[in-house]
Amino acid sequence: MKNSKILWLLGLVLVLSAFLAACGGGDDTDTGTENTDTEGTEGAEGNGGEPDSVQELNLIEGAEIPSMDSSIAEDAVAFNILNNVNEGLFRLNQENIAEPALAESEPEISEDGLTYTFKLRDANWSDGTPITANDFVYAWQRAIDPDTGSPYGPYMMAGTIKNAKEVSEGDMEVSELGITAEDDKTLVVELERPTPYFMSLMAFGTFYPLNEEFVTEQGDDYASNSETILYNGPFTLTNWDGTGLTWTMEKNAEYWDAETVQLETVNVDVVKETSTAVNLYQSGEKDRVGLSGEFAMQYAEDPEVVKELEPTLFYLKFNQERNGEETPLANENIRKAIATGFNKQDLVDVVLANGSLPANYLVPTDFTFNEAGEDFRDINGDMLPFNAEEAKTYWEKGLEEIGETEVTLELLGGDSELAGKMDAYLKEQLETNLEGLTVNLKAVPFGVRLELDEAQDYDIQNSGWGPDFQDPMTFIDLFVTGASHNLMSYSNEEFDNLVEQAKGELAQDAEGRWEAMAQAEKILVEEDAAIAPIYQRGIMSLQKPYVNNIVKHPFGGDYSYKWAYISGKE
Amino acid sequence: MARYIGKRLIYMFITLALIATFTFFLMKILPGSPIASADKLSPEQRAVVEARYGLDQPLPVQYFDYMFGLLQGDLGISINQFKGADVTDVILSRMGPSAQIGFQGMLLGTVLGILFGMVAALRQNTWMDYGSTIVAIIGISIPSFVFASMLQYWLGLKLDLFPVALWKDGFMSSVLPSIALAMFPLATAARFIRTEMIEVLGSDYITLAKAKGASGSEIAFKHAFRNALIPLITVLGPMAVSILTGSLVVEQIFAIPGIGEQFVKSIMVSDFSIIMGTTIFFSVFLIVIILVVDILYGVIDPRIRLSGGKS
Repeated sequence: MKNSKILWLLGLVLVLSAFLAACGGGDDTDTGTENTDTEGTEGAEGNGGEPDSVQELNLIEGAEIPSMDSSIAEDAVAFNILNNVNEGLFRLNQENIAEPALAESEPEISEDGLTYTFKLRDANWSDGTPITANDFVYAWQRAIDPDTGSPYGPYMMAGTIKNAKEVSEGDMEVSELGITAEDDKTLVVELERPTPYFMSLMAFGTFYPLNEEFVTEQGDDYASNSETILYNGPFTLTNWDGTGLTWTMEKNAEYWDAETVQLETVNVDVVKETSTAVNLYQSGEKDRVGLSGEFAMQYAEDPEVVKELEPTLFYLKFNQERNGEETPLANENIRKAIATGFNKQDLVDVVLANGSLPANYLVPTDFTFNEAGEDFRDINGDMLPFNAEEAKTYWEKGLEEIGETEVTLELLGGDSELAGKMDAYLKEQLETNLEGLTVNLKAVPFGVRLELDEAQDYDIQNSGWGPDFQDPMTFIDLFVTGASHNLMSYSNEEFDNLVEQAKGELAQDAEGRWEAMAQAEKILVEEDAAIAPIYQRGIMSLQKPYVNNIVKHPFGGDYSYKWAYISGKE
Repeated sequence: MARYIGKRLIYMFITLALIATFTFFLMKILPGSPIASADKLSPEQRAVVEARYGLDQPLPVQYFDYMFGLLQGDLGISINQFKGADVTDVILSRMGPSAQIGFQGMLLGTVLGILFGMVAALRQNTWMDYGSTIVAIIGISIPSFVFASMLQYWLGLKLDLFPVALWKDGFMSSVLPSIALAMFPLATAARFIRTEMIEVLGSDYITLAKAKGASGSEIAFKHAFRNALIPLITVLGPMAVSILTGSLVVEQIFAIPGIGEQFVKSIMVSDFSIIMGTTIFFSVFLIVIILVVDILYGVIDPRIRLSGGKS
């Protein structure tokens, strides 16, 4: 008997020590969709020396490729690869300005800003056939055709390209879409309304050309693996079987700007576990790895850490009407009290700890610039920053106005570990700073949150948005009356008018348009406190010092490897 | 025997139809849309995408369409995990690595487990017994993600004996994941065999065998071991299914393109056709293994009669 007791004790000690030992080596981390952007870096890093003779980059991706078909793609991984193996009329350059790519030069724009005429440069597909204007016509028509079932085709084109909405809803033939090939090298695009950011759209995957003959010949097999796709970008995709966790990008000899491309090979493997990714980085097999959660904290001071700011913004949505009844959030002072009632700096420093910035704005910093290169962010500055005193004043005033002394609100948020921590922090802050407020947390999976959002069945929602084109409008028009993202019964005529103006009469007046959008943002965030911005997301990665010039983009594909090179690895 | 198997096959078919039906409707109750960018699209735009995959049809129509396809062996196409890919192809391409590490892990685990269990039983209350008990306790207690992470960190990164992760170096890539998977069957087998052997060794017919003058190894293998196998096979069958059909944790930690982690992902992204296809595939596997186990009972222990007739 005595023996077996000792045995149990021994076993227990062994098990416990194994546990402790393992905590240092690796842990389970959140690998949600938000961690998919785990490669690439800003040009500033690296040693900037002479390129090595071996130009091979080893990267990690956080998820598989769901589809390489540019009409069907709708996720970060696919758009990132598409950006490197294909190309559109324009491409974002190293400074994130859209510059002519397959277009030979800037297009000719008609006086009313509605007709763009592009001249194509001489360029080939990876099989050597020339790229023609018809390749664009075919691709755009395919993306908008309801039979294709493209999510991003209608989303990107409706309201911008002439007749796109009607075609996508089956009310018009695809041939009525506002794109025509005048000859092999001349492409004419007609718009619904003047679109100042149109060039940046042309860098987006959905607008890439497709070779009609090749795509129809492949039929259902098109883009089912790396052999059944034609490429026209800096690299070609190889070694991808359609469902696997590995693929390679190889330098495309047919690329029109091939002499700029230095990398010969980019090896990519999908690793979903951050601890595994870090181990692969430490063993030297991988050159760059994205950090999340405790790994971000652990490596924050590491000399090989690269921090990047993304133009993705997180904010609280205040629902003013739930189940047909006004919520306390219909009161402006209550909203302002909550918006100013939590410390954002502490949140990003302590809870998030991944290089995120506290946000007192909706349009992200470092995202859009005017022609003089000034950040849109500089116009409005900070709006409704954290101020416990003011929050208290707003709160008391608000309570008086609605005739209550106590308010209970539900905070709807995501179910990831990070979201849970953040929402718990918000609850604690708000309940401390606003007397009489009770916040009930409700953590649900993403799909459920969307359903509750759609049914407008929540009080406060922790929500986020990333841009689809390079213009403040991608954030601002989310909140016009009746917009599909509004879903919180916010409505302000002045705000709606400003957005309308910026999209209409001011569309060709760059300065006036920015002013209008800035004013709209001020109304939304400061005057009405319709939403309460929380933070702008930052990401942290480890990157070997011999990696140079991976360019990070604010929208579309996350990274370009076109200018990247290896220096000093040998 | 043939009649018995025939009867079982009919039951299998009914079971499968029931599983398919339940899964289908349970899955449709799950919240969430299979369209990844659902938060960006307007309801009209979403309807267009859903129509492309037949999700706009009334539920009963979708159900009968699916079951009809299933009868013809058509599992449909993936909606968003691998857009447009044939579900059968997805399962086949992901099954290989899972089956390989699963089989190796199972083999290693059971063989070592049986060995440990026998040694422990035959050398009861010696250091060998205690040693194998400790291994069994550890195998049962340590969660596989901890064990897998430790293997990766020490044998992969620090000692550089095996690849840290990834499925690139053939057999070498499969060693660490197989060991990680082997721990549970090893511990289970060791415990079962030890308990059963001790019981069997104490029974009358062993005493008789000893009296007859049978040698020690003859007693151990011919008499004791065979009888100790029955309960082991009962648990090993289902365990084999769960291990061969992939482990989310081990596959994710070693970044292996297996079916386990892919199945979990398909649920998270609401890819209905993949969820259905994989569930049905797993069910077939489980049902077949259960049949095999039942047949094996009869082979190992003639007292168990399968036909259920007069004995």
